[in-house]
This record gives sequence, structure tokens and C-alpha cells, in this order.
Amino acid sequence: MSEISSTGRQGLWRRIDPAVATAFGCIVLLLLVGSIYSSNFLHLDYLLLQLKVASFLGVIATGAMLVILLGQIDLSAPWTITTGAMMSCAAAAYGPAGVALAIPFGILCGVAIGIVNGIGVAYLRIPAMIITLATNAVAQGLMVVYTGGFSPQDEATEAMRYIATGFLVPGVPNAVLVWVVVGAGAVFLLTRTTFGRAVYGIGNSERAAYLSGVDTRRILVIAFAIAGGLAAFGGVLLAGYSSKAAQSMGDVYLLPAIAAVVLGGTSILGGRGSYLGTVAGAILITLLQSILSVMQIPEAGRQVIYGIVIVIMLLLYGRAPASR
Amino acid sequence: MKDWKYWVAEQRGTLFAFATFVVMFTIYVSNHPAGFTANVVQTAANKGVLLAFVAMAQALVVITAGIDLSVGMIFILTNCLASWIVVGTPLETTLGIVGVLLAGLACGAVNGLIVIYGRLQPIVTTIATGAVYYGIALLLRPFPGGSVNEDLADFLTGKIWGVVPVSLVVLVVVVLLVWVPFSRSVMGRAAYATGSSEAAAYMSAMPIRRAKFLTYTLAGLLAGIGGLFLTFFTYTGEAALASGNAYTLFSIAAVVLGGISLYGGTGSAIGAVFGALAFRAIGDLLFVFDLDPLWQPLFQGVVLLIAVSLGAFALLRVRNKLDWFT
Repeated sequence: MSEISSTGRQGLWRRIDPAVATAFGCIVLLLLVGSIYSSNFLHLDYLLLQLKVASFLGVIATGAMLVILLGQIDLSAPWTITTGAMMSCAAAAYGPAGVALAIPFGILCGVAIGIVNGIGVAYLRIPAMIITLATNAVAQGLMVVYTGGFSPQDEATEAMRYIATGFLVPGVPNAVLVWVVVGAGAVFLLTRTTFGRAVYGIGNSERAAYLSGVDTRRILVIAFAIAGGLAAFGGVLLAGYSSKAAQSMGDVYLLPAIAAVVLGGTSILGGRGSYLGTVAGAILITLLQSILSVMQIPEAGRQVIYGIVIVIMLLLYGRAPASR
Repeated sequence: MKDWKYWVAEQRGTLFAFATFVVMFTIYVSNHPAGFTANVVQTAANKGVLLAFVAMAQALVVITAGIDLSVGMIFILTNCLASWIVVGTPLETTLGIVGVLLAGLACGAVNGLIVIYGRLQPIVTTIATGAVYYGIALLLRPFPGGSVNEDLADFLTGKIWGVVPVSLVVLVVVVLLVWVPFSRSVMGRAAYATGSSEAAAYMSAMPIRRAKFLTYTLAGLLAGIGGLFLTFFTYTGEAALASGNAYTLFSIAAVVLGGISLYGGTGSAIGAVFGALAFRAIGDLLFVFDLDPLWQPLFQGVVLLIAVSLGAFALLRVRNKLDWFT
């Protein structure tokens, strides 16, 4: 301990997570590569646009991070996102009260899916990957029945459009402000509350946390509920952004959300990781997608490059320790 | 205890899957307008074997306590590839089939290499490689199309002696050629040992890495055989993201129904085959009871949810609160 305090600079250096530093390094590298291709990459407008697009992913990744910190995984995100988007638009069809409650209703539907996930994982002890895949399928089924059986309202409300695309502070998109608020909440929750300590504790060893008197099952349910709510909120934002909800609009967010968390240095086995890393991961992935689309690489090539880049980055700094 | 009792205890999951399949299929055919005829069985078999191959692939990986979320994408990729190269003269067709199977094998091997030697988590790795395989499938077939050697396709999806569906015969042959030798070899035993306890298997000097690599590679091969069969049934190739995801999902459902623990170390690929056939029969129940097809995704999702919750019955055997966390 005294070593660290006597050499302050070294102490600061040690506090920087190499994974987070690498992620930020990659962001700078991507911007440089992009600026060689086109000088627009370093314009403030472009960067703000990227930040806005990243904020949708960032909100969803915040929920994914909470679950991954527990050593679990949430694969129900795709249809939770779609459910949030569709249900908030659907609520708008029920008069002024519906319009006013559209956003909370969409989020609540996500929370409901998250609670089912949490109960399955915490109380029934079903592996998280499996129960979340199953609830994803059920949510998809419900949405197919809903959109096919009734004529749905798929227009986003004014409020939804405003929080996704408006400007409360001139120059700064509202979506970015939303991400800042969500991020601040996440940082507070993870670093300043007993809930946060319990999340890290469970991620390291659920058994040890339980023996230390933590009600681990309740924490798991709450964490999954928050993750579901944030995914649905991401869906609400996306619906506001494109001003409507669409089938399978969430499918493209599963890999990016998990990749953003893992590339940001959060251990996929749980118990280790910082929110700053997730921020870096979300920006990194958005930039990567943006550059691939600016270069006009067709969808097929983008999928291939995208998958390969994620595997390579994980190989660089996301490997599990050698057990032998 | 008699020997057969040990055998029954060991094969409980497989026998349960077999019983589920028999019950579901009986309900299905007894309500089918055409009844229990060779044509109904042939159609059911042709749809069932597609999932059966993918489920076997998933089963091999799950036995080592891993998971392969890219099986559906390998299935789609090999389907698209087959719609290009399994055509022409018998020699060309044969070479094409070999090419398709090698492609499946290569996809599985890549998964195995990254998971084992790259030391990455199977879930994240296979989601990412799945994106790559889907991208390649899109390169090959951005729009549905292509063709296949129709004589061969008609033979493999038809009946011999007017009764036995050829696709079922092929399934049995693949089980005998791939699963039986594997499960009886040292590698197969090492795969089970790794799934039960990797640390103990390591201490016992089992060839863990080679066994895991072999399971991922064979999984790719089996998914490739499934993709080849999809081409024989549809005569076309199509890069459909939704159907790739669906097959991955259904393969996990089939594995669970087949009595294979997702924590690894138990069950057999034969259980997964019956699990797949049972899952298909359950899905077809909607059709014979004449319900709105709109409800099918929801129905399948609920079946999946119930199937995985059945695994929670292990909770009833918990003797110590700490058993929750294993």
C-alpha cells in the first residue's frame, strides 16, 4: 500500500485498466484510419452523430453489463428491445393517457421480461443463457401474435421522438444526455451502493456472497429486471429515432451489446469490469460500424469483418487466464 | 443390481426423450387427416432429420459443457454453398457434397480453435463466428436461388420400398458412422469427463483439448450434413438470418428435451435426435389441431420455456442450500 502512495504516478498508472486503455486506443486508431479515408471523420458534427448513435447501444449495453458482471448473460435482448419499441408505440393508440404513459409502459414490459429471466435464473436455477433464449422466443411469439392479430399502432409519440432526436441543450443530442443520465445512474449503482458491491461479489463467487449474508437471489432478479428495462428503453429510443417500431429491429443489437461490454474489459465470467470500459466499447463498436458503412462495404462483408474484428480484439485482451 | 438396471439409469434421459417422441408423434398422426400413412411419416421424417442433425451437433458440444450458438449459421452457410456446387454429373455432385461437408467441418474447427486455444468463452465466440458464417452465406446467396442435383435430392428425400423414408436411413447411418465410434473412443470418454469436471479430467491426464476440438469440429460436420439436407428438400439456398437463429434455438431445445444436461457430462446424441423429432412433432400439433399459424412462434417459445424449466426439477433434489450454486 505504501508503495502506491509514495509513487503517485505509478499508482495512477496502475489504476488504469489496460483493457479500457486499449479500447480507447482503438477508438483513436479507428478515427485516424477513418480520417485518412475521408476528412469528415474528424468533424464535430460527425462525432456528435456517432455519439448519438452510440447512445442507443450504450443504454442497451448498460443492462447487458449489469448481467455480465453477475457472471450471467442475457440473450433475450433482441426481442426485449423490439417489445419495448412496439409496446410503447401501441400504448400511444389509447388516447392522451396512453400517449403520456407510452414510454413507462414500454419500459415496464421489458422489466416484466427481465423478472421472468431473473426468477428462472435465481430461483429455478436454469442456466441464464437458456432461460433468456426461451423468453426471447416467447417475447417474439407474443409480438408476432400481437402484430399479426391486431392492426398495431406503430407510430412513435412526440415525446419518444423528442428524447431520441431532439436537442434540449443546443448542439448536444438528447439521446446523448439520456445516455449520460443512465450511465451516471449505473456508475452510482455499481460503485456507491450495497447493491453494486453485491453484484461484484456474486460475480466473483455467488456461494461466498450467499454465505456472507447477501440475498443473492433477490439481487439476481433485480439485476435482470433492470437489464430488461434498459433493453426495452433502448427499444423506445430506437422507435423514437426511426419514428416507428419494426419486427426484429432488435436482432442487430445482441452481438454489439455483448461485444461492447466485453471489449470494454468486463470479464465475461463476471465480477470484474468498469462502466468506463462499456462506454469505450459502445463508442468503439459504433465507430467500427460507421466506418464499414461509409466505405460502402455490403452487408455480407460487414458481418464478416465485424465478427472477425471482435474475435481478434477478444483474442488480444479478453482471454480467460490459462488454467494450466 | 442387475446390469440392465445400470443401463436404464444411465440412459434415462435418452429413454425419456424417446417416450416423449412416441407420445407426441402418436397424438400427431392420430389427429392427422390422412392418418398413419407412409407419406405422412415421410414428410415428418424429412422435416425432423434437419433439426435432428443440428441437434446432434449441439449435443456434442453441450456434453463438454460448452455451447455452440453458430450451429444454425453453419447450417445456413452449408445450405447456400450446396445450392452452388452440388449439381451436374455424378462426379461433380460427389465432389460438391465433399466440399460442403468439408466447409461444415472447417467452420466447426474454427470455433474449436478459438474456444480452446484462444481461451475465449464459447458463447461470445460462437455468436461472433456465427456473424461471420452468416456474412459468408449472404455473399453466396444474397437472394434465394440456386439448384441441386434433383435425382439425388429426390432419392434422399423419398422412400425405399415405398415405406421407409431414406432420410431416416441416412440419419441412422450418420449416427452409426459418427456418434457411435466417437462415444466409444477415448476421445468420447474424455469429452464426457471434461463436461463433468474439467479439473478432474485434467488431473486424470485425459486429452481434454483434443477431445473438445473434436467435438466442435464434428459439430460443424453434422450441422453441414443438416445444411446439405436442407438443400435437398428445398432445391434452393437462402441466407435467412431468422431461420438460422431459429435452428440454433431449436437445437438447444432439442438437446434439453433429449435429456442432456446443459452443465455437461451427461446424455447422448441419440437423445438429442429423439428430442429433435419430439420438438418437431410438438410444433406440428398446431397444424393438426387447426390453430392459426400466427400462434406458432409463441407456441414453440412456450414449449421451449417449459422444456428448459423441466430441468429445474433437479432443484427438488437439493439437500443443502449451497447445492443451489453448483
